[in-house]
Amino acid sequence: MNSVEHAKPVKSATSVRRRARYGSYALELVMVAVAVLFLFPVYALITLALKEPRQIADSPLGLPAPPTLHNFGNAWSSASLGPALVNSAVITALSLLLLVVLGSTGAYFLARRAQGLGYGLYILFLLGIVLPFQLGMIPLYKLVDSLGWLGTYQGMVLFYTGIQLPFTVFLYTGFVRTLPADYAQAALIDGCDHRQAFTRIVFPLLRPITGTVVILNAVFVWNDFFTPLLYLGGSDKETVPVGVFSFVGQYVSEYGLVFAGLVLAALPVLVVFLLLQRYVIKGFAGGLKG
Amino acid sequence: MSRSLPQPEEIEPEGVRPGKPGPEARTVKTPPTVPIPPPRPARTRPGRDLTAPPWGFVVPALLVYAVVVLYPSLAGVAYAFTDWSGIGDASFVGLANFRALLDDRRTLDSVVNTLLLTVAVVVVQNVVGLLLALGVDTGIRSRSLLRVVFFAPAVVSPVMVAFLWKYVYNPEPTAGLNGLLGAVGLGALRQDWLGDPSLALWSVAAMVVWQYAGYSMVIFLAGLQGVPPELHEAAKIDGAGTWQRFRYVTWPMLAPALTVNLMLSTIGGLKLFDQVYAATNGGPGTASETLSTALFKEAFVYGKFGYSTAVALVLALFVAAVSLVQLRFLRAREVTA
Repeated sequence: MNSVEHAKPVKSATSVRRRARYGSYALELVMVAVAVLFLFPVYALITLALKEPRQIADSPLGLPAPPTLHNFGNAWSSASLGPALVNSAVITALSLLLLVVLGSTGAYFLARRAQGLGYGLYILFLLGIVLPFQLGMIPLYKLVDSLGWLGTYQGMVLFYTGIQLPFTVFLYTGFVRTLPADYAQAALIDGCDHRQAFTRIVFPLLRPITGTVVILNAVFVWNDFFTPLLYLGGSDKETVPVGVFSFVGQYVSEYGLVFAGLVLAALPVLVVFLLLQRYVIKGFAGGLKG
Repeated sequence: MSRSLPQPEEIEPEGVRPGKPGPEARTVKTPPTVPIPPPRPARTRPGRDLTAPPWGFVVPALLVYAVVVLYPSLAGVAYAFTDWSGIGDASFVGLANFRALLDDRRTLDSVVNTLLLTVAVVVVQNVVGLLLALGVDTGIRSRSLLRVVFFAPAVVSPVMVAFLWKYVYNPEPTAGLNGLLGAVGLGALRQDWLGDPSLALWSVAAMVVWQYAGYSMVIFLAGLQGVPPELHEAAKIDGAGTWQRFRYVTWPMLAPALTVNLMLSTIGGLKLFDQVYAATNGGPGTASETLSTALFKEAFVYGKFGYSTAVALVLALFVAAVSLVQLRFLRAREVTA
């Protein structure tokens, strides 16, 4: 381990780094060009939302001159986005709460009792990731209908909790398995009951995976279109994607208005994403790695 | 105890314990004088582990899962063998629905389309996602911004993305993608992207790739961050070029990320509904009809509930079979990698 042995790799690494700097500029140019091309639909979305109908006809791809915010006001009122945002927020929040509680407790059981029946149950949960929801679509529709839960929050919350539980349990179980069992066991020996050991010791340790679970499920629940169309269509509990769907259908040829509606509807998700993007990307990556 | 005491001395060969005379060995065998430790908690036998969580932890999750997924899916399987129309009674018709499926042009087209769409999306999305990840996972200045840009479409509702792309695919020569092609001198490539039956399916695929390539990128990035830098340094010292380092260092280490990516994009591709429903509704004709949209129409447009669940069952078996094969194949590859 003398300095002569070290000299060669260090030197070659530096020269490679220096050469790589020029390569890096070229790569940067290529990547930025790809990103610009990639953003073309977004350019169309924003510029059209800022144009009057006449200007869209005259110069569909040009910059809006002058830009108008007229479309946004109209879209907000005619797409009734306010109530839709409230509905989406309520349904997403309640579903996430249930998913975190049921998913973490269920996974704790499945991870700590990984033999025999516990293992069988785990496989049964995993089956739900693969099963297409369409298979149970009609019987479930009948069930929700017979409960009188069509057009209600609780019907949607029940649906999302059930349909996303397999993936949630899968993520949580993988994480619990990497945790040592000793903390909870020490708490039990010290006189905690199982519920206390879980809420005070185990659940706080699950924070990283809980973040992932919340992010992944929030994106799914907030954006889901088909089920709310089926269960909430025509009711006053319609979520944002359903509201946008009927709004677009109504004003199909008025791109300025329609695109202003799309921008407004996508804005909450995009703002949350930009604020949390570091964690979102980490969470996506971490959760799917496990 | 006392009868066995002389035995060790007799059995032990000479020289095994030099300097340790027999009487000393004997004292080791005497009962311990230290206090006996308190009984250990019952954690040594996993089957009767008193510290394992009780059933109360899993029962609520199991109940919701059974009500929302298990029971309806089993009922769906049962309906697949009936002629139920959504109203009134259902009668058992055996395999008639599955035989009808083989004669049904729309359904058969949708099976073929689903497979083509899935293959196209899986291949292109993962290739693009991998290239983006490799490009972003370098020292370039804009890497954080680019990550956000490429990933952002994945958090937007697929229905909204479909509406946006409906405009991008506008048949008019001056608007959307056609307008862009004209503006950069590629006007000859203008198409009726969604209206041309031979193009519609691929146009939908491109839209799906646009939305989710960033998603694949993020998973590949996670895999890339798991590659120890020392491996690259070592390969460089051994004289490996960029391609060789990718092929023999990076690529094998990406196996788990590739497994996750392929599984997710395959399951997603086979179940694809929102994008097709909003962008083309399966048209023109049946050119972009997928299993998901076909069974939706059979159920809610034509009222053939029994038949539509038979289609759903076929889809379920499809997804299950493909993901099982993939998992076996890919996990096997991970072990050797």
